[in-house]
Amino acid sequence: MENEKTNRVGSVIFSEYERGEAVKKAAEMSREDILGEIKISSLKGRGGAGFPTSTKWMLTAAAKSDEKYVICNADEGEPGTFKDRVLLLEYPKLVFEGMVVAGKTIGAKVGFLYLRGEYEYMLKSLHDYLSEMKQDQLLGKSICGKEGFDFDIQIRLGSGAYICGEETALIESLEGQRGEARNRPPFPVSTGYKNKPTTVNNVETLAAVSQIVTKGGEWYKTYGTNKSSGSKLFSVSGDCKKPGVYELPWGTKISELLKLVEAEKTKAVQVGGASGVCFPKSQFERTLAYEDISTGGSIIIFNESRDMVKVLKNFMEFFVEESCGQCTPCRIGNVKLLEGVEMIEDKTFTFNYINKLKELGKTMQVSSKCGLGQSSPNSFLSILENFSEEIFNGRNGGKHEK
Amino acid sequence: MLVVEKNSLTEEIEELVAHYGNDRASLLPILQDVQRKHSYISDYAQQEIARVLDIHPVEVYGVISFYSFLYSKPMGRNIVRLCQTITCDLQGKKAVAEAIERELGIKFGGTTKDNRITLEYANCLGMCDQGPAMLINDKVYSYLTPEKAVEILGEV
Amino acid sequence: MKNKKTLRAPVSQKAHIVEKPEDITTIGGTIAIEINEKKVTVPLGTTILEACQQNNIHIPTLCHHPDLCVAGVCRLCVVEVEGMRTLQASCAYPITARMKIKTSTPMVRKARKHILDLLLSEHYGECYSCVRNSKCELQSLSKEYGIEEFTFGHIKEPKHVIDKSSFSVLRDMDKCVLCKRCVRTCIDLQEVGVLEATYKGDETTISTFMDRPLAGVICINCGQCINRCPTGALRANDPSDAIWNSIDDPKKHVVIQTAPSPRAAIGEEFGLEAGHSMTGQLNTALKRIGFDGVFDTNFTADLTIIEEGTELIIRLFKALVNQDPSVSLPQFTSCSPGWVKYLEHFYPEYIDNLSSAKSPQQMFGTLFKTYYAKQKGIDPKDIVSVAVMPCSAKKYECNRPEMNDSGYKDVDYGLTTRELAKMIKEAGIHLPELPKDSFDSPFGDASGAGLIFGATGGVMEAAIRTVVEFVLGVKVEDVFKNANVEVVRGFEGVKYAEIPIGDKVGPVPDLIKHLVPNWDWLKGATLKIAVAHGTANAKKIMEDIKAGGKFSECHFIEFMACPGGCIGGGGQPIPTSPEIRKARAKAIYSEDESLDVRKSHENKHVLRIYEEFLKDGPCGHLSHELLHTHYTKRGKYIA
Repeated sequence: MENEKTNRVGSVIFSEYERGEAVKKAAEMSREDILGEIKISSLKGRGGAGFPTSTKWMLTAAAKSDEKYVICNADEGEPGTFKDRVLLLEYPKLVFEGMVVAGKTIGAKVGFLYLRGEYEYMLKSLHDYLSEMKQDQLLGKSICGKEGFDFDIQIRLGSGAYICGEETALIESLEGQRGEARNRPPFPVSTGYKNKPTTVNNVETLAAVSQIVTKGGEWYKTYGTNKSSGSKLFSVSGDCKKPGVYELPWGTKISELLKLVEAEKTKAVQVGGASGVCFPKSQFERTLAYEDISTGGSIIIFNESRDMVKVLKNFMEFFVEESCGQCTPCRIGNVKLLEGVEMIEDKTFTFNYINKLKELGKTMQVSSKCGLGQSSPNSFLSILENFSEEIFNGRNGGKHEK
Repeated sequence: MLVVEKNSLTEEIEELVAHYGNDRASLLPILQDVQRKHSYISDYAQQEIARVLDIHPVEVYGVISFYSFLYSKPMGRNIVRLCQTITCDLQGKKAVAEAIERELGIKFGGTTKDNRITLEYANCLGMCDQGPAMLINDKVYSYLTPEKAVEILGEV
Repeated sequence: MKNKKTLRAPVSQKAHIVEKPEDITTIGGTIAIEINEKKVTVPLGTTILEACQQNNIHIPTLCHHPDLCVAGVCRLCVVEVEGMRTLQASCAYPITARMKIKTSTPMVRKARKHILDLLLSEHYGECYSCVRNSKCELQSLSKEYGIEEFTFGHIKEPKHVIDKSSFSVLRDMDKCVLCKRCVRTCIDLQEVGVLEATYKGDETTISTFMDRPLAGVICINCGQCINRCPTGALRANDPSDAIWNSIDDPKKHVVIQTAPSPRAAIGEEFGLEAGHSMTGQLNTALKRIGFDGVFDTNFTADLTIIEEGTELIIRLFKALVNQDPSVSLPQFTSCSPGWVKYLEHFYPEYIDNLSSAKSPQQMFGTLFKTYYAKQKGIDPKDIVSVAVMPCSAKKYECNRPEMNDSGYKDVDYGLTTRELAKMIKEAGIHLPELPKDSFDSPFGDASGAGLIFGATGGVMEAAIRTVVEFVLGVKVEDVFKNANVEVVRGFEGVKYAEIPIGDKVGPVPDLIKHLVPNWDWLKGATLKIAVAHGTANAKKIMEDIKAGGKFSECHFIEFMACPGGCIGGGGQPIPTSPEIRKARAKAIYSEDESLDVRKSHENKHVLRIYEEFLKDGPCGHLSHELLHTHYTKRGKYIA
C-alpha cells in the first residue's frame, strides 16, 4: 500500500487535535453536558442512515441495565468507501476517544471496534495505539484519574461479510452468529449486544464526537447547512485525477466536488456506493446534504467512456453475493435484477419484463428485512431511469461490453 | 487425522477458549485464530470448538460458510484476494486477473499444485482510490498493474 | 439448571426478542390501535399479526409457526404502518405504541405477490408429483394470491440431490423456501441441532454439518422438521409401495399394528377436525385394504408396562434391599425411539438408565414372528409386519440391526399416519364413512392404559395405575379419582410428582411373586417420578441429573422425543399446533375413559401370553430374549 497522505486539509474532523483532548474534557463534564453538546451540534450518523447521534445516545443512556456497550462500526464495506481506513490509520485518536466519550455518556464500560477482516493489516498499529492510550490514562480503569471512569476497548475482526456493516448483523456477528440482520424493533439502544443496551456508531461519527466535545457543539454547527451540520468525509474514486478522502462541509454540490478532484468528461456520479444512487450530468448541481442527497460519503465517478450496463452489472453481482440470504426479497430479488441486467447486456430483454423488474425493485425497497435489501435496488432503478437512452439505444446501438 | 494431531488441536482450541472465554461470542476470534495457524478449520476442529462452546457443530459450520474469509476445506499457504468491485474493475482488474491466472496456471477459485497460493476474488477492499488492489493474506497491495501483480506474487 | 439461552440459535430468531414492556400495568396494559380503519384494543407487546388474527383479519404467513420463535424472514406477512417508510413484517412487530395499520393496500398486495413470485421462481418441481400436493402452504398461498404464471421464471433443473440416506427423513432442498422452520425446530424446539442455514446470499441452503447425508449426522429422526415444513422439502421415507407389493403377494401374510396416536389423528387427513378417534373405522379400512391381521399396538403397550414396571421393581429392589451400587436409577422409558437415539448421542453415559424393554412396536414385531406364527401355523419368513405409527423415528427403530430377535426382521415397515391415509385414499376408501370393526384375535382389544401412551405422561400414568395396585393392594380409583392421574397429564414441558407409599402395602401379585418376597421394603418410601416431552425438555432433566439435582433422585422418568408425546409425532398429519395436539390428546383420554379395562395388568390377553408363552414371567428368560434389547453409546462425534 502507498503511504497515506500526512497533511490532510479539513476544517472540522481534520482540524487540529491533540491526543487526549476529548477524553480529558469529557472527564470533567457530566453525562448530561456531553449529551447537551452533541445535541447542540445536531450531529447525525455518518454511516449513511443519518440518525441523530444525541437521540441514539440518550435512548441508550436512559435504558436501565447494569451492562451497556459501545460499538464502533468499522466494517466499512460499501463499494467506493475508504474514509474509515484513513481515520483509523491516521486519526485513531479521534475514533477511540469518541468511543471513550460515548462510553461515559451512555454508561458503558466496554467498547468494541468491529474492524472488517479486509483491514486486518491495521490491527497491530491499532493495538499499539490502545496500549499508548492506556499508558496515558486515556483508557482503562480510572481514566484521567477519575474514580469510576472506566472504559476498555476490544478490537474484533470481521471475516469478509458486507452485511455485517448493518448494525444488527454486526451485533449478531459479534455474538458469534451468522451476520443476519435482526428484526427491528427492538432496537440496539435497548436490546443490542447480548441483549443489552448498545450504541452502534460509525467510525466517522465517533471522530466527529471527539472534535465536538473538544470544541463545542456551537462551533460544529457553524459548518454545513441548517439541516446538515458539520462536515463530511467523502471517499472519491473512479475517473478523476485526484481520488482520495476529502473533508467538505455539507451542502457541497456534486459539480464543486468534481472540480476539486479534477474529474473530466464526467457522465455519471454514483453517490453512496453500490447501494446508492447514480446521478447523471443534469443533476450535478444538486447538493450533498441530508436534505438533498444523503450519503455515507462514497463518490464514484464515471466518465463518458464507461458502459453503465457494465457498471450496474458489477453492482448487482456484488449484492447477489453479499446479501445475507435470509429474507426472500433480497435473496432472490437481487438475482432477478442481475438476470435482468444480463438480458440487457445480451439484448434478450423485453421492455415489459424490465418494467416488471423495476416494480420488483420497488417491492424490495419496502419489504426487505434490513437496509441491504432495501437499498440494493437503488442503482438498478436509478441507472435504468437516468441512463435509459444510452442503455437501450445509444453506444453502438445498444451493444454492451462484456 | 492422527490421534496426536487431534490431541494437539484439542489442546490448542481449549487454550483459545481459555483466552477468549467459553461464550459463543468467542466463536469468530477462535475460528480466525485456528485458521491463521492451519489455513482452514477442519471437521474435527469445528466439532471440538462446538463442544467447548456448547453449541452444535452445524452452527459452527453455518458460521464458517457464511463468512467469505473462513474456510472449512484446506486452502493454499497464501490466499490472494483480488478486488473485483467497481472501482478496481474500472481501473484494470481484468488485465491483472488474466495475468495472474496465466502466470500461476490456475483459475480464480483454484489453488496452485504446490499449495503455495489460493486465488480468489474479494468484494471491495476499501482501496478504491488506489486500485486495482489485492490482499495477500493480511497485507494489502495497491496500484496494481499486470506486471507488478505477477512480480509481487513471485515473492510470496 | 444452567441457562445457556443466549448461546443458542441466532438471537434474531428468539422469541424473547419480541419486545414486551416490563411493566404493562403502568399504562393499563393495553393499547388502542387502528387496523384497516377499525379501532381495536390489544395488550401491549401483541404482534401486529396476533392483533390481526384476534380481529379476524387474515394475513398470509410462511416462516411463522405457532410452535416456533419469530424469524421474520419470508416477508409475506408485511403490512403498511402509517408514518413508516417501509412495510413491516407483522409476525415480528410488537405493538408498543399507537399505530395505524393497513393490511391490504396496493403496495402490500403487490409486495406479497412479488415475494410469492420470487419463491416460486426457485421452487423446483410440479405440484402434482409432490407429496404435499393440496397440503402445501406455498401452493395454497399461490392460490390465494391468484398466481397464474411464473412472473420471474421458474427453475428448470434441480440444483440439489435428494438426500435419501435416512430411514426416516428425506430432504429435497429444491423445494426449500428457506423459511428456517426446520432450523428453528431442530435447534430451538428440539435442541438436537442437526440443521442450520449455511452459506449466504443466493447460495444460502439449509444443511447438515459439512453437508453430510442425514444418516451420517446426529439426527434423532423425530421428524418434527417434517411437521413444520411448509412445502415438500422435508418428508418421511415412505415404504407404502413395498407394503402394497406384500399385500398383493398371495404368499405373504401381512399383519398390521396400529398405535393409538395415528387413530386419534388420521381423521384430519380426511377433512375432520382434530380430536376424532377413528379406531373402529380404521380397523374396517385396513381389513378392506387387504391386511391379513389387524392388531392394536396398545396390547404390547400393556405388555411394555408389565415388563418395564417389573424391571423398575427389580432395579428398586436391588438398589434398596441388596444395596447393589451397579443399579442405574432413575429408570428411563425407552418406547420413544427419537428419545432413545437422543440419549445415545447426547448422554451416552446414561444408557444403562434406559429400560431394556423394547418399545410396543418392536415387542409386537417379535411376537408376530414367534408366538403368532406358531399359533397360526405360518412360517415366520412369510409374515410381513407393518406398524402404523405417529412417528418417523419408528422407521429407524425397526431397521436397527439388533431388532431381529425373532430370527427375522421383527418389524418390516414403519408407516406414518400420513402414509397410511394415502394408502387408504388410494384404495378408494373414505375413512370417516366406514362402519366400525374390532381388532383381530388372538390379541384382541387392549386396555386404556396402553391407549394413553399416545399423550405425554401417558406411559407414566399407565405405569402408576399398575404399580399402585401391585404395591398398595388397593384399587387405583381409590387413590386417583376415576383412575385419572392428573398430575402427569397436560403439556407442561417438565412434570414432576411424588407418590408416597405409606405404611400399608398389599400382597405381591402372582405374576411377579418369584421376583420379590413382599413390599415391606417400600413402606414409607416416596416414589418420585418425572415426565418430559420434546428433547429440549428432556435436556433440562438430563442436565439436572448430571448436576445432581432433584431429578437425579427420581425413580422413573418418562421421556418422549416429540412435543406433546406421540400425538405430536413426526409422522402425524400436518399442520401441527398446540391446539391440534391438545385436541388429539383429548380424544385419547376420552376413549380411555370409555373403556372397561383401563389397567395393563387387567388385560386378559397379556396375562394369557404369560401363561401360554412367556412362561417364566415378566423379565424372565424368554422375555429377555424376545422383548428386551440393548443400546449403543453413540456420542456426538461425527466421523
